[in-house]
Amino acid sequence: MINNILIIVLNILFLLIMPFFMVGLIKKTKAFFGGRKGISIFQPFYDFVKLLKKGQVISSSTSWIFKIAPLVIFSSVIFAGLFAPIFYGKAIIELECAFVVFSYLLGFSKFFAIISALDTGSSFEGMGSSREACFTTLIEPAFFIILASIAVLTGNSTFNSISMILTSTGAFGLLITIMMVAAIFIMLLVECSRVPVDDPETHLELTMIHEVMILDNSGFDLALITYASGIKMAILSAIIVNLILPSALNGALFAVLFIALTLLLAIIIGIIESMMARIRMSHVFEFVFIMSSIALVIASLVAVRMFGV
Amino acid sequence: MNYYTAKNNQRINLSDIPTIDFETFKAQLEMTNLRPIGFFGADWGENIRLFAFLVDDEEGEIFISSALLDKNAKEYPSITKENHQYHIFEREFYEQFGIKPVGHPWLKPLRLNQDKHEFFEMEGEEIHQVAVGPIHAGVIEPGHFRFMCQGEKVYNLEIMLGYQHRGVEDLMVKKPSNQLAESICGDSVIAYNTAYSQVMEALSDTKVSIKAKLIRAIALEMERIAIHIGDMGAILGDIAYLMGKEVYAVTRTLVINTMLEISGSRFGRGLITFGGVNFDIDDELSEKILSVLSEVKATVEKMTKAALQSSSVMSRLEKTGVVSKETAQELNLVGLIARSCGIEIDSRFDFKDEFYQDFEKKKFSATNDAYSRFKIRYKEVIESISFVKKLLKKLEVVKDDEILVEKNDLISNSLAISIVEGWRGEVVHIALTDENGKLRRYKIKDPSFNNWWGLSMALRGNGISDFPLCNKGFDLSYAGFDL
Repeated sequence: MINNILIIVLNILFLLIMPFFMVGLIKKTKAFFGGRKGISIFQPFYDFVKLLKKGQVISSSTSWIFKIAPLVIFSSVIFAGLFAPIFYGKAIIELECAFVVFSYLLGFSKFFAIISALDTGSSFEGMGSSREACFTTLIEPAFFIILASIAVLTGNSTFNSISMILTSTGAFGLLITIMMVAAIFIMLLVECSRVPVDDPETHLELTMIHEVMILDNSGFDLALITYASGIKMAILSAIIVNLILPSALNGALFAVLFIALTLLLAIIIGIIESMMARIRMSHVFEFVFIMSSIALVIASLVAVRMFGV
Repeated sequence: MNYYTAKNNQRINLSDIPTIDFETFKAQLEMTNLRPIGFFGADWGENIRLFAFLVDDEEGEIFISSALLDKNAKEYPSITKENHQYHIFEREFYEQFGIKPVGHPWLKPLRLNQDKHEFFEMEGEEIHQVAVGPIHAGVIEPGHFRFMCQGEKVYNLEIMLGYQHRGVEDLMVKKPSNQLAESICGDSVIAYNTAYSQVMEALSDTKVSIKAKLIRAIALEMERIAIHIGDMGAILGDIAYLMGKEVYAVTRTLVINTMLEISGSRFGRGLITFGGVNFDIDDELSEKILSVLSEVKATVEKMTKAALQSSSVMSRLEKTGVVSKETAQELNLVGLIARSCGIEIDSRFDFKDEFYQDFEKKKFSATNDAYSRFKIRYKEVIESISFVKKLLKKLEVVKDDEILVEKNDLISNSLAISIVEGWRGEVVHIALTDENGKLRRYKIKDPSFNNWWGLSMALRGNGISDFPLCNKGFDLSYAGFDL
């Protein structure tokens, strides 16, 4: 159930360090396309340290929920990371149907983010919560459909079965892989509040989704929340890279390629953010429905192949 | 019809302006379809003299009329009931003189004591209010916005301003100066200062040289170019189109840096003065301006083309924040916003400015939405660049003119009005002198005075997340409104 030491160490390092570099690289890419020099790639790390040292202001209208929420959010995302396949397609803890635990841990963190935002009683945060909850409700079933289809296809219900599709089922597997990459990439853009769904750079509260929910958090709490959202991005990127990278590759080569592809993904996100405007809020649903549609297509293809219906 | 007919920048003897009884005055204002640009009171001994300034945009004429109201009067019948264009003017008059317009549909003060008054409220279980401001997240001026929403949809937006009320009109009367005039609204330095100087020159019968007038016109167009480009970048920044935001910001800097070379200030402070201008534009500088502007033109054309070809940009801009032409007319919207709604008013051309008569202005095909507000800025930037080129050519002919002339004393018992088309629209300054040749009343109307209500209407039925985009498209002044 628990994998060997090397994978544990690599996975933990990946979860802890990668978020900073991914965020830094996205910012650097955006600066490059904007004709600016941009901030150092280590800046997200410096910011994190700075926030840890800062004091906090906590609104008097909040209750204990607001105070524990950042810790709950952070620890449930880290906990989810233990079940996610990272290096060599392996998770630190492997379970049958681990993706169910994984999804619900992410869901749990989101639930706390939402009630903590509502706890502040601010109309902005209520608005952000309602948007976030809306999009999550659409993402979650699609994610389940996709992973259940994979379990059926590979006959293996552990989370790391995703890295087997490409190698085990030939051309059909390739088709499924492409669709899954697209679907999970959309999930990443929505979950990690990137353009075209959300704009992480904006100061305009009325247009925000994720950022507006954490307006009241400061100092240590804010550091934990931003870190958690970076870790979530690293986890989802790892899942995407695992879909592409054949797990049969050996040792160091895999590790190097894995890191390179994860960083490449960050650059791609940066390019999208530089080239595209945001989608109108009412049209975000249509964007999320793309993921749902892909999920349904994957499910039907798998059903036809496995059961011949 | 009992009016005095005047031209822009003309001195008028106060005794020439007809004073009619209030009933006739009110009936005149209710009947006419002329556009009001001024409606204000002035202390007149035992009475309050109520002035009305109407314009005929096609003929370029200003019609002035007045009526006396008893200073101790508590109320008068509202004009707004019949003619909606007066709704803000009457609120302002009520605030300044405490005489209540009876029958005004939404009577609350405009700038002072706003806290004591209720907002318009909608009722219903699913209705929620969103309060934004007066302190905002960006480095912008203060203003409060109250949204009545059902879910994401905005049903009503009420805007509350006045947080920057400095009593500018009174200060102007006490100690009029160019420094004060150009500090009223920091993004329209040239427009405000030109309007002030023209009013004072008209009142004192000071004849400014052609050269000084040309330099003012050039500066006004440069201001328009710079702010429009900055706004185009801000609009794209709000929809997270990064490339446009950055490119326009860089290009705007080129323009304001050229302004720095002309006047020593990036926003043209200190350039214009009562009697002319303080800084000359010589041949070398003229060459420099031309070369910067041709570079600016190339970049703006290229960037705008790229932005408008991007489907993600167009899907955000098109059909967002639509203000119909009828609404715009009813609310008396002016300037850039009026033009983006299909109302072709532009005081540079309407009031037959001497330099603009042979300039060509293309008709704008308005679509009334955020796209229209973006596109008109592009059109005006390109046009203004060509205007500057032509103005610089005219400047060569009058090379040997003085740039500054001796100023005369103000003439007593007079009135003058100056309308300057700033980048936002018409900036109106009206000044009255007393029997000693001192100012007795100074009235300023910024285009934002009219257009804030257009922004309210633009939001109706739109998503609340589209507010920043609409707001940037209007880009109205808080300071210019609050005075």
